[in-house]
Amino acid sequence: MSDAAEKRTPLYGEHVRLGARIIPFGGWLMPVQYSSIREEHEAVRKDVGVFDISHMGELVVSGPAASEWLNTMLTNNIARLEVGDGQYTFLLNDEAGVIDDLIVYRISDDKFLLVVNAARVEEDFNWLGAHRAQSGVQIANVSDSYAGLAIQGPKVGELFHALFGSEQEMPARNRIARFQLNATEILVARTGYTGEDGIEVFFAAEAAPSVWREVLQKGESLGIRPCGLGARDTLRLEMCYPLNGSDLSPEHTPLEAGLGFFVDLAKPNFTGREKLLQQKENGPARRLVAFKMKGKSPPPRPHYRVFRAGKEAGELTSGTLSPSLNEGIAMAYLATPAPQPGEEIEIEVRGQRFPAVIEKKPLYKKT
Amino acid sequence: MNIPDDLLYTESHEWIRREGDDKIRVGITDHAQAELTDVVYVELPKTGASYDARGTIAVVESVKAASDIYAPVKGTVLEVNKALESNPALINTDPYGEGWIYVLQVESPDQLKALKDAAGYRASLA
Repeated sequence: MSDAAEKRTPLYGEHVRLGARIIPFGGWLMPVQYSSIREEHEAVRKDVGVFDISHMGELVVSGPAASEWLNTMLTNNIARLEVGDGQYTFLLNDEAGVIDDLIVYRISDDKFLLVVNAARVEEDFNWLGAHRAQSGVQIANVSDSYAGLAIQGPKVGELFHALFGSEQEMPARNRIARFQLNATEILVARTGYTGEDGIEVFFAAEAAPSVWREVLQKGESLGIRPCGLGARDTLRLEMCYPLNGSDLSPEHTPLEAGLGFFVDLAKPNFTGREKLLQQKENGPARRLVAFKMKGKSPPPRPHYRVFRAGKEAGELTSGTLSPSLNEGIAMAYLATPAPQPGEEIEIEVRGQRFPAVIEKKPLYKKT
Repeated sequence: MNIPDDLLYTESHEWIRREGDDKIRVGITDHAQAELTDVVYVELPKTGASYDARGTIAVVESVKAASDIYAPVKGTVLEVNKALESNPALINTDPYGEGWIYVLQVESPDQLKALKDAAGYRASLA
Protein backbone atom coordinates (compact mmCIF):
# COMPACT_ATOMS: atom_id res chain seq x y z
CA MET A 1 0.00 0.00 0.00
CA SER A 2 1.47 3.38 -0.91
CA ASP A 3 1.58 6.41 1.37
CA ALA A 4 -0.99 8.15 -0.80
CA ALA A 5 -3.55 5.46 -0.03
CA GLU A 6 -3.06 5.68 3.73
CA LYS A 7 -5.25 7.94 5.76
CA ARG A 8 -4.14 10.31 8.50
CA THR A 9 -6.14 10.81 11.66
CA PRO A 10 -6.94 14.41 12.71
CA LEU A 11 -4.08 14.01 15.22
CA TYR A 12 -1.41 13.13 12.65
CA GLY A 13 0.19 16.58 12.98
CA GLU A 14 0.29 16.24 16.78
CA HIS A 15 2.06 12.88 16.53
CA VAL A 16 4.67 14.25 14.16
CA ARG A 17 5.18 17.31 16.38
CA LEU A 18 5.81 14.98 19.36
CA GLY A 19 8.43 13.07 17.38
CA ALA A 20 6.44 9.84 17.03
CA ARG A 21 7.62 7.14 14.70
CA ILE A 22 4.83 6.59 12.18
CA ILE A 23 3.91 3.27 10.57
CA PRO A 24 1.11 2.08 8.27
CA PHE A 25 -1.59 0.14 10.13
CA GLY A 26 -4.96 -0.98 8.82
CA GLY A 27 -4.85 1.61 6.03
CA TRP A 28 -3.79 4.43 8.37
CA LEU A 29 -0.55 6.19 9.21
CA MET A 30 -0.32 5.74 12.97
CA PRO A 31 2.23 6.43 15.71
CA VAL A 32 3.93 3.18 16.79
CA GLN A 33 5.88 4.87 19.57
CA TYR A 34 6.80 8.35 20.80
CA SER A 35 9.71 7.63 23.13
CA SER A 36 9.93 3.94 23.92
CA ILE A 37 7.39 1.10 23.95
CA ARG A 38 8.62 0.04 27.39
CA GLU A 39 8.18 3.52 28.89
CA GLU A 40 4.75 3.98 27.31
CA HIS A 41 3.67 0.52 28.45
CA GLU A 42 4.85 1.27 31.98
CA ALA A 43 3.05 4.63 32.05
CA VAL A 44 -0.25 2.82 31.39
CA ARG A 45 0.41 0.12 34.01
CA LYS A 46 1.51 2.64 36.69
CA ASP A 47 0.07 6.07 35.84
CA VAL A 48 -1.90 6.91 32.73
CA GLY A 49 -1.40 6.98 28.97
CA VAL A 50 -3.33 8.39 26.02
CA PHE A 51 -3.71 6.69 22.62
CA ASP A 52 -5.09 8.10 19.39
CA ILE A 53 -7.84 5.67 18.36
CA SER A 54 -9.34 7.94 15.69
CA HIS A 55 -8.55 5.25 13.10
CA MET A 56 -11.25 3.06 14.60
CA GLY A 57 -14.60 3.12 12.84
CA GLU A 58 -17.97 4.28 14.12
CA LEU A 59 -21.20 2.96 12.64
CA VAL A 60 -24.64 4.10 13.79
CA VAL A 61 -27.54 1.68 13.44
CA SER A 62 -30.99 3.11 14.09
CA GLY A 63 -34.69 2.53 13.59
CA PRO A 64 -37.57 0.94 15.50
CA ALA A 65 -36.30 -2.56 14.59
CA ALA A 66 -32.63 -1.79 15.27
CA SER A 67 -32.37 -3.80 18.49
CA GLU A 68 -34.14 -6.86 17.15
CA TRP A 69 -32.26 -6.81 13.84
CA LEU A 70 -28.77 -6.19 15.33
CA ASN A 71 -29.39 -9.12 17.63
CA THR A 72 -29.47 -11.37 14.56
CA MET A 73 -26.20 -9.86 13.26
CA LEU A 74 -24.11 -9.91 16.46
CA THR A 75 -23.25 -12.72 18.87
CA ASN A 76 -23.80 -11.09 22.26
CA ASN A 77 -27.30 -10.24 23.48
CA ILE A 78 -28.36 -6.68 22.62
CA ALA A 79 -31.59 -7.12 24.61
CA ARG A 80 -29.51 -6.96 27.78
CA LEU A 81 -28.38 -3.41 27.02
CA GLU A 82 -30.09 -0.52 28.80
CA VAL A 83 -29.62 2.92 27.26
CA GLY A 84 -25.99 3.87 27.99
CA ASP A 85 -24.72 0.28 28.20
CA GLY A 86 -22.09 -1.21 25.93
CA GLN A 87 -20.98 -4.79 25.27
CA TYR A 88 -18.14 -6.55 23.50
CA THR A 89 -19.48 -8.68 20.64
CA PHE A 90 -18.69 -10.31 17.29
CA LEU A 91 -19.88 -9.89 13.73
CA LEU A 92 -19.66 -13.34 12.13
CA ASN A 93 -19.88 -14.71 8.61
CA ASP A 94 -22.19 -17.63 7.73
CA GLU A 95 -19.51 -20.12 8.80
CA ALA A 96 -19.27 -18.41 12.21
CA GLY A 97 -15.84 -17.00 11.29
CA VAL A 98 -15.03 -13.59 12.73
CA ILE A 99 -15.53 -10.61 10.42
CA ASP A 100 -14.95 -8.18 13.27
CA ASP A 101 -14.91 -7.82 17.03
CA LEU A 102 -16.48 -4.60 18.25
CA ILE A 103 -18.23 -2.79 21.06
CA VAL A 104 -21.90 -1.92 20.59
CA TYR A 105 -23.39 0.86 22.74
CA ARG A 106 -27.09 1.54 23.16
CA ILE A 107 -27.31 5.31 22.67
CA SER A 108 -31.11 5.41 22.87
CA ASP A 109 -33.89 2.83 22.69
CA ASP A 110 -33.58 2.45 18.92
CA LYS A 111 -30.10 3.81 18.21
CA PHE A 112 -26.79 1.95 18.53
CA LEU A 113 -23.17 3.01 18.15
CA LEU A 114 -20.79 0.33 16.90
CA VAL A 115 -17.07 0.98 17.43
CA VAL A 116 -15.26 -1.27 14.97
CA ASN A 117 -11.70 -2.03 13.85
CA ALA A 118 -10.04 0.42 11.45
CA ALA A 119 -9.30 -2.15 8.76
CA ARG A 120 -12.86 -3.54 8.83
CA VAL A 121 -15.04 -0.42 8.59
CA GLU A 122 -15.97 -0.88 4.94
CA GLU A 123 -16.42 -4.62 5.26
CA ASP A 124 -18.65 -4.32 8.35
CA PHE A 125 -20.69 -1.54 6.76
CA ASN A 126 -21.18 -3.51 3.54
CA TRP A 127 -21.97 -6.76 5.36
CA LEU A 128 -24.56 -5.10 7.57
CA GLY A 129 -26.00 -3.20 4.60
CA ALA A 130 -26.33 -6.39 2.55
CA HIS A 131 -28.19 -8.13 5.39
CA ARG A 132 -30.59 -5.31 6.18
CA ALA A 133 -33.38 -6.92 4.14
CA GLN A 134 -36.84 -5.70 5.19
CA SER A 135 -35.77 -4.59 8.69
CA GLY A 136 -36.06 -0.90 7.82
CA VAL A 137 -32.97 0.00 9.89
CA GLN A 138 -30.67 2.85 8.92
CA ILE A 139 -26.91 2.26 8.92
CA ALA A 140 -24.58 5.24 8.82
CA ASN A 141 -20.80 5.18 8.62
CA VAL A 142 -19.80 8.24 10.66
CA SER A 143 -16.14 7.20 11.05
CA ASP A 144 -14.71 10.28 9.36
CA SER A 145 -16.67 12.66 11.58
CA TYR A 146 -15.30 11.21 14.82
CA ALA A 147 -11.95 11.34 16.54
CA GLY A 148 -11.25 9.04 19.47
CA LEU A 149 -8.80 8.73 22.36
CA ALA A 150 -8.18 5.87 24.76
CA ILE A 151 -7.10 7.17 28.17
CA GLN A 152 -5.86 4.21 30.18
CA GLY A 153 -4.17 3.60 33.50
CA PRO A 154 -4.79 3.60 37.26
CA LYS A 155 -4.81 7.42 37.37
CA VAL A 156 -7.61 7.77 34.80
CA GLY A 157 -10.10 8.79 37.50
CA GLU A 158 -8.01 11.77 38.57
CA LEU A 159 -7.58 12.81 34.95
CA PHE A 160 -11.29 12.42 34.27
CA HIS A 161 -12.09 14.83 37.11
CA ALA A 162 -9.40 17.29 35.99
CA LEU A 163 -10.96 17.30 32.51
CA PHE A 164 -14.68 17.23 33.21
CA GLY A 165 -15.00 18.61 36.74
CA SER A 166 -14.70 17.12 40.21
CA GLU A 167 -18.49 16.90 40.57
CA GLN A 168 -18.80 14.60 37.56
CA GLU A 169 -18.74 10.83 37.89
CA MET A 170 -17.02 8.47 35.52
CA PRO A 171 -19.45 6.11 33.80
CA ALA A 172 -19.49 2.60 35.29
CA ARG A 173 -17.63 -0.21 33.53
CA ASN A 174 -18.92 -0.66 29.94
CA ARG A 175 -21.24 2.37 30.27
CA ILE A 176 -21.15 5.39 27.96
CA ALA A 177 -22.29 8.96 28.70
CA ARG A 178 -22.02 12.50 27.33
CA PHE A 179 -19.79 15.12 28.93
CA GLN A 180 -18.67 18.60 28.01
CA LEU A 181 -15.05 19.67 27.61
CA ASN A 182 -14.99 23.41 26.95
CA ALA A 183 -17.18 23.75 23.86
CA THR A 184 -16.82 20.12 22.80
CA GLU A 185 -19.33 17.39 23.52
CA ILE A 186 -17.55 14.16 24.37
CA LEU A 187 -18.87 10.62 24.57
CA VAL A 188 -17.04 8.87 27.39
CA ALA A 189 -17.09 5.07 27.61
CA ARG A 190 -15.52 3.13 30.47
CA THR A 191 -13.78 0.62 28.21
CA GLY A 192 -10.30 -0.21 27.04
CA TYR A 193 -7.81 -2.63 25.56
CA THR A 194 -5.05 -2.58 28.16
CA GLY A 195 -6.26 -4.41 31.27
CA GLU A 196 -6.13 -1.18 33.27
CA ASP A 197 -8.98 1.01 34.35
CA GLY A 198 -9.65 3.44 31.53
CA ILE A 199 -11.97 5.32 29.25
CA GLU A 200 -12.39 5.64 25.52
CA VAL A 201 -13.70 9.00 24.36
CA PHE A 202 -15.25 10.01 21.04
CA PHE A 203 -15.91 13.50 19.72
CA ALA A 204 -16.06 15.65 16.58
CA ALA A 205 -12.93 15.22 14.46
CA GLU A 206 -12.38 19.02 14.23
CA ALA A 207 -11.87 19.22 17.98
CA ALA A 208 -9.19 16.50 18.02
CA PRO A 209 -6.02 18.60 18.39
CA SER A 210 -7.46 20.77 21.17
CA VAL A 211 -8.86 17.80 23.12
CA TRP A 212 -5.57 15.89 22.71
CA ARG A 213 -3.55 18.84 24.02
CA GLU A 214 -5.90 19.40 26.92
CA VAL A 215 -5.64 15.73 27.94
CA LEU A 216 -1.82 15.84 27.81
CA GLN A 217 -1.73 19.14 29.72
CA LYS A 218 -4.16 18.09 32.44
CA GLY A 219 -2.44 14.74 32.72
CA GLU A 220 1.07 16.14 32.97
CA SER A 221 1.17 16.17 36.78
CA LEU A 222 -0.09 12.57 36.76
CA GLY A 223 2.80 11.41 34.57
CA ILE A 224 0.73 10.97 31.42
CA ARG A 225 2.44 9.84 28.24
CA PRO A 226 1.23 9.73 24.67
CA CYS A 227 1.30 6.03 23.71
CA GLY A 228 1.57 4.38 20.32
CA LEU A 229 0.48 1.14 18.72
CA GLY A 230 3.58 -0.62 20.06
CA ALA A 231 2.51 -0.25 23.69
CA ARG A 232 -1.11 -0.88 22.71
CA ASP A 233 -0.03 -4.27 21.37
CA THR A 234 2.13 -5.29 24.36
CA LEU A 235 -0.56 -4.18 26.84
CA ARG A 236 -3.36 -6.06 25.12
CA LEU A 237 -1.30 -9.20 24.54
CA GLU A 238 -0.38 -9.42 28.25
CA MET A 239 -4.16 -9.53 28.83
CA CYS A 240 -4.66 -11.99 25.92
CA TYR A 241 -7.12 -9.58 24.30
CA PRO A 242 -7.33 -10.65 20.64
CA LEU A 243 -6.24 -8.48 17.72
CA ASN A 244 -8.50 -8.85 14.71
CA GLY A 245 -6.58 -9.86 11.59
CA SER A 246 -4.04 -11.69 13.76
CA ASP A 247 -5.74 -13.67 16.55
CA LEU A 248 -9.20 -13.37 15.01
CA SER A 249 -10.01 -14.05 11.37
CA PRO A 250 -12.80 -15.36 9.15
CA GLU A 251 -11.19 -18.82 9.49
CA HIS A 252 -11.73 -18.95 13.25
CA THR A 253 -14.84 -18.79 15.41
CA PRO A 254 -15.15 -16.96 18.75
CA LEU A 255 -15.40 -20.36 20.47
CA GLU A 256 -12.06 -21.41 19.00
CA ALA A 257 -10.65 -18.10 20.25
CA GLY A 258 -11.92 -18.90 23.75
CA LEU A 259 -14.36 -15.99 23.71
CA GLY A 260 -17.62 -17.87 24.13
CA PHE A 261 -18.53 -15.53 27.00
CA PHE A 262 -19.46 -12.93 24.35
CA VAL A 263 -21.64 -15.34 22.37
CA ASP A 264 -25.21 -15.92 23.54
CA LEU A 265 -26.17 -19.29 22.09
CA ALA A 266 -29.54 -19.02 23.88
CA LYS A 267 -30.59 -16.36 21.37
CA PRO A 268 -32.94 -18.01 18.86
CA ASN A 269 -31.30 -16.69 15.74
CA PHE A 270 -28.06 -14.99 14.72
CA THR A 271 -25.54 -15.44 11.91
CA GLY A 272 -23.21 -18.33 12.61
CA ARG A 273 -25.31 -19.83 15.41
CA GLU A 274 -25.75 -23.30 13.82
CA LYS A 275 -22.02 -23.76 13.34
CA LEU A 276 -21.32 -22.55 16.88
CA LEU A 277 -23.87 -24.95 18.37
CA GLN A 278 -22.11 -27.79 16.57
CA GLN A 279 -18.73 -26.64 17.85
CA LYS A 280 -20.11 -26.31 21.35
CA GLU A 281 -21.40 -29.87 21.16
CA ASN A 282 -18.25 -31.44 19.72
CA GLY A 283 -15.72 -29.09 21.24
CA PRO A 284 -13.84 -26.70 18.94
CA ALA A 285 -11.27 -28.38 16.70
CA ARG A 286 -8.69 -25.72 17.58
CA ARG A 287 -8.17 -23.40 20.49
CA LEU A 288 -6.35 -20.11 20.79
CA VAL A 289 -3.89 -20.63 23.63
CA ALA A 290 -1.48 -18.29 25.37
CA PHE A 291 2.02 -19.17 26.44
CA LYS A 292 5.24 -17.88 27.90
CA MET A 293 8.73 -18.64 26.68
CA LYS A 294 10.67 -20.69 29.17
CA GLY A 295 14.13 -19.45 30.09
CA LYS A 296 16.24 -17.27 27.86
CA SER A 297 14.96 -16.91 24.30
CA PRO A 298 14.52 -14.33 21.57
CA PRO A 299 11.11 -12.60 21.71
CA PRO A 300 8.43 -14.66 19.94
CA ARG A 301 6.92 -12.91 16.89
CA PRO A 302 3.82 -13.44 14.73
CA HIS A 303 4.13 -16.33 12.21
CA TYR A 304 6.95 -18.14 14.03
CA ARG A 305 6.29 -21.88 13.81
CA VAL A 306 5.00 -23.87 16.79
CA PHE A 307 5.96 -27.49 17.51
CA ARG A 308 4.16 -29.97 19.78
CA ALA A 309 5.90 -33.21 20.68
CA GLY A 310 8.40 -32.43 17.91
CA LYS A 311 5.75 -31.98 15.20
CA GLU A 312 4.81 -28.74 13.51
CA ALA A 313 1.47 -27.64 14.97
CA GLY A 314 0.78 -24.15 13.67
CA GLU A 315 2.15 -20.63 13.89
CA LEU A 316 2.01 -17.71 16.31
CA THR A 317 -0.84 -15.30 15.74
CA SER A 318 0.72 -12.77 18.15
CA GLY A 319 3.97 -12.57 20.05
CA THR A 320 6.15 -10.07 21.83
CA LEU A 321 8.43 -9.46 24.76
CA SER A 322 6.14 -8.64 27.66
CA PRO A 323 7.43 -5.44 29.27
CA SER A 324 5.58 -6.17 32.54
CA LEU A 325 6.79 -9.77 32.87
CA ASN A 326 10.06 -9.36 31.00
CA GLU A 327 9.35 -12.70 29.28
CA GLY A 328 8.40 -13.67 25.76
CA ILE A 329 4.62 -14.12 25.42
CA ALA A 330 2.53 -15.31 22.49
CA MET A 331 -0.70 -16.88 21.28
CA ALA A 332 -1.42 -19.57 18.68
CA TYR A 333 -4.25 -21.86 17.58
CA LEU A 334 -3.53 -25.47 18.52
CA ALA A 335 -5.63 -28.50 17.54
CA THR A 336 -5.58 -32.00 19.00
CA PRO A 337 -4.86 -33.17 21.58
CA ALA A 338 -6.68 -30.36 23.36
CA PRO A 339 -3.96 -28.04 24.65
CA GLN A 340 -3.81 -27.64 28.44
CA PRO A 341 -2.01 -25.16 30.70
CA GLY A 342 1.35 -26.60 31.68
CA GLU A 343 1.96 -28.33 28.34
CA GLU A 344 5.42 -27.66 27.01
CA ILE A 345 5.71 -26.67 23.35
CA GLU A 346 8.48 -25.27 21.17
CA ILE A 347 8.74 -22.10 19.11
CA GLU A 348 11.11 -21.91 16.16
CA VAL A 349 13.17 -18.75 15.90
CA ARG A 350 15.60 -18.46 12.98
CA GLY A 351 15.84 -22.22 12.63
CA GLN A 352 16.32 -22.97 16.32
CA ARG A 353 13.59 -24.21 18.67
CA PHE A 354 13.00 -22.68 22.09
CA PRO A 355 10.75 -24.12 24.84
CA ALA A 356 7.51 -22.42 25.91
CA VAL A 357 4.74 -23.36 28.34
CA ILE A 358 1.00 -23.00 27.79
CA GLU A 359 -0.51 -20.73 30.46
CA LYS A 360 -3.96 -19.73 31.62
CA LYS A 361 -5.26 -16.42 30.25
CA PRO A 362 -4.60 -13.63 31.03
CA LEU A 363 -0.80 -13.80 31.12
CA TYR A 364 -0.57 -10.66 33.23
CA LYS A 365 -2.42 -10.25 36.50
CA LYS A 366 -2.44 -7.03 38.42
CA THR A 367 -0.83 -7.42 41.84
CA MET B 1 23.74 12.39 17.57
CA ASN B 2 27.00 10.95 18.86
CA ILE B 3 29.30 9.91 15.97
CA PRO B 4 32.86 9.55 17.34
CA ASP B 5 35.58 10.71 14.94
CA ASP B 6 37.94 7.82 15.64
CA LEU B 7 35.62 5.08 14.34
CA LEU B 8 34.67 3.69 10.93
CA TYR B 9 31.05 3.12 9.90
CA THR B 10 28.81 1.17 7.55
CA GLU B 11 25.68 2.35 5.80
CA SER B 12 23.78 -0.25 7.83
CA HIS B 13 24.72 1.59 11.05
CA GLU B 14 27.50 -0.58 12.45
CA TRP B 15 30.55 1.12 13.96
CA ILE B 16 34.05 -0.37 13.64
CA ARG B 17 37.00 0.31 15.94
CA ARG B 18 40.41 -0.79 14.66
CA GLU B 19 42.40 -2.60 17.32
CA GLY B 20 45.68 -3.48 15.66
CA ASP B 21 46.22 -4.22 11.96
CA ASP B 22 43.69 -6.99 11.47
CA LYS B 23 41.36 -6.85 14.46
CA ILE B 24 38.17 -4.81 14.70
CA ARG B 25 35.60 -4.33 17.44
CA VAL B 26 32.04 -3.84 16.14
CA GLY B 27 28.77 -2.51 17.51
CA ILE B 28 25.80 -0.46 16.33
CA THR B 29 25.75 3.31 16.25
CA ASP B 30 23.99 5.71 18.58
CA HIS B 31 21.64 6.50 15.70
CA ALA B 32 20.80 2.81 15.26
CA GLN B 33 20.12 2.20 18.95
CA ALA B 34 17.92 5.31 19.07
CA GLU B 35 15.95 4.02 16.08
CA LEU B 36 15.54 0.56 17.62
CA THR B 37 14.93 1.73 21.22
CA ASP B 38 14.53 -0.80 24.04
CA VAL B 39 16.94 -3.54 22.92
CA VAL B 40 15.59 -6.67 24.63
CA TYR B 41 17.62 -9.49 23.06
CA VAL B 42 20.89 -9.90 21.20
CA GLU B 43 21.74 -13.03 19.26
CA LEU B 44 25.54 -13.13 19.32
CA PRO B 45 27.75 -14.85 16.73
CA LYS B 46 29.78 -17.90 17.76
CA THR B 47 33.45 -17.44 18.54
CA GLY B 48 35.51 -19.03 15.77
CA ALA B 49 32.78 -18.72 13.14
CA SER B 50 33.62 -17.04 9.83
CA TYR B 51 31.44 -14.56 7.98
CA ASP B 52 31.51 -12.94 4.57
CA ALA B 53 31.29 -9.20 4.18
CA ARG B 54 27.59 -8.22 4.39
CA GLY B 55 26.69 -11.59 5.93
CA THR B 56 24.25 -11.61 8.86
CA ILE B 57 26.46 -12.02 11.92
CA ALA B 58 24.12 -11.05 14.79
CA VAL B 59 20.51 -10.09 15.47
CA VAL B 60 19.43 -7.22 17.70
CA GLU B 61 15.81 -7.30 18.84
CA SER B 62 13.67 -4.52 20.24
CA VAL B 63 10.18 -5.02 21.66
CA LYS B 64 8.77 -4.39 18.20
CA ALA B 65 11.19 -5.96 15.73
CA ALA B 66 14.26 -8.06 15.00
CA SER B 67 17.09 -6.36 13.07
CA ASP B 68 19.98 -8.13 11.35
CA ILE B 69 23.52 -6.93 12.01
CA TYR B 70 25.97 -7.42 9.13
CA ALA B 71 29.68 -8.19 9.11
CA PRO B 72 31.39 -5.08 7.68
CA VAL B 73 34.17 -7.17 6.09
CA LYS B 74 35.07 -10.85 5.79
CA GLY B 75 36.55 -12.37 8.92
CA THR B 76 36.45 -14.73 11.90
CA VAL B 77 34.88 -13.97 15.28
CA LEU B 78 37.48 -13.74 18.05
CA GLU B 79 35.33 -12.58 20.94
CA VAL B 80 31.69 -11.77 21.70
CA ASN B 81 30.19 -9.51 24.36
CA LYS B 82 28.61 -12.02 26.74
CA ALA B 83 27.40 -9.15 28.95
CA LEU B 84 24.70 -8.49 26.34
CA GLU B 85 23.09 -11.85 27.13
CA SER B 86 22.02 -10.67 30.56
CA ASN B 87 21.89 -6.96 29.81
CA PRO B 88 21.00 -6.27 26.16
CA ALA B 89 20.10 -2.67 27.07
CA LEU B 90 23.87 -1.89 27.20
CA ILE B 91 23.43 -1.28 23.47
CA ASN B 92 21.08 1.58 24.33
CA THR B 93 22.99 3.02 27.27
CA ASP B 94 26.55 2.77 25.92
CA PRO B 95 26.50 1.87 22.21
CA TYR B 96 30.18 2.67 21.58
CA GLY B 97 31.49 1.26 24.86
CA GLU B 98 29.97 -1.54 26.93
CA GLY B 99 27.43 -2.15 24.18
CA TRP B 100 30.03 -3.54 21.71
CA ILE B 101 28.87 -6.78 20.08
CA TYR B 102 31.90 -8.74 18.80
CA VAL B 103 35.57 -8.64 17.81
CA LEU B 104 36.48 -9.84 14.33
CA GLN B 105 39.77 -11.11 12.92
CA VAL B 106 39.78 -9.42 9.53
CA GLU B 107 40.84 -11.54 6.54
CA SER B 108 42.15 -8.67 4.42
CA PRO B 109 42.58 -5.34 6.22
CA ASP B 110 42.51 -3.58 2.84
CA GLN B 111 38.74 -4.08 2.82
CA LEU B 112 38.46 -1.67 5.74
CA LYS B 113 39.36 1.17 3.38
CA ALA B 114 35.92 0.90 1.83
CA LEU B 115 34.18 1.83 5.10
CA LYS B 116 32.93 5.33 5.88
CA ASP B 117 34.65 7.74 8.23
CA ALA B 118 32.65 9.79 10.73
CA ALA B 119 32.05 12.63 8.26
CA GLY B 120 30.90 10.20 5.59
CA TYR B 121 28.52 8.45 7.99
CA ARG B 122 27.16 11.76 9.28
CA ALA B 123 26.50 12.82 5.69
CA SER B 124 24.66 9.55 4.99
CA LEU B 125 22.24 10.30 7.84
CA ALA B 126 21.43 13.80 6.60
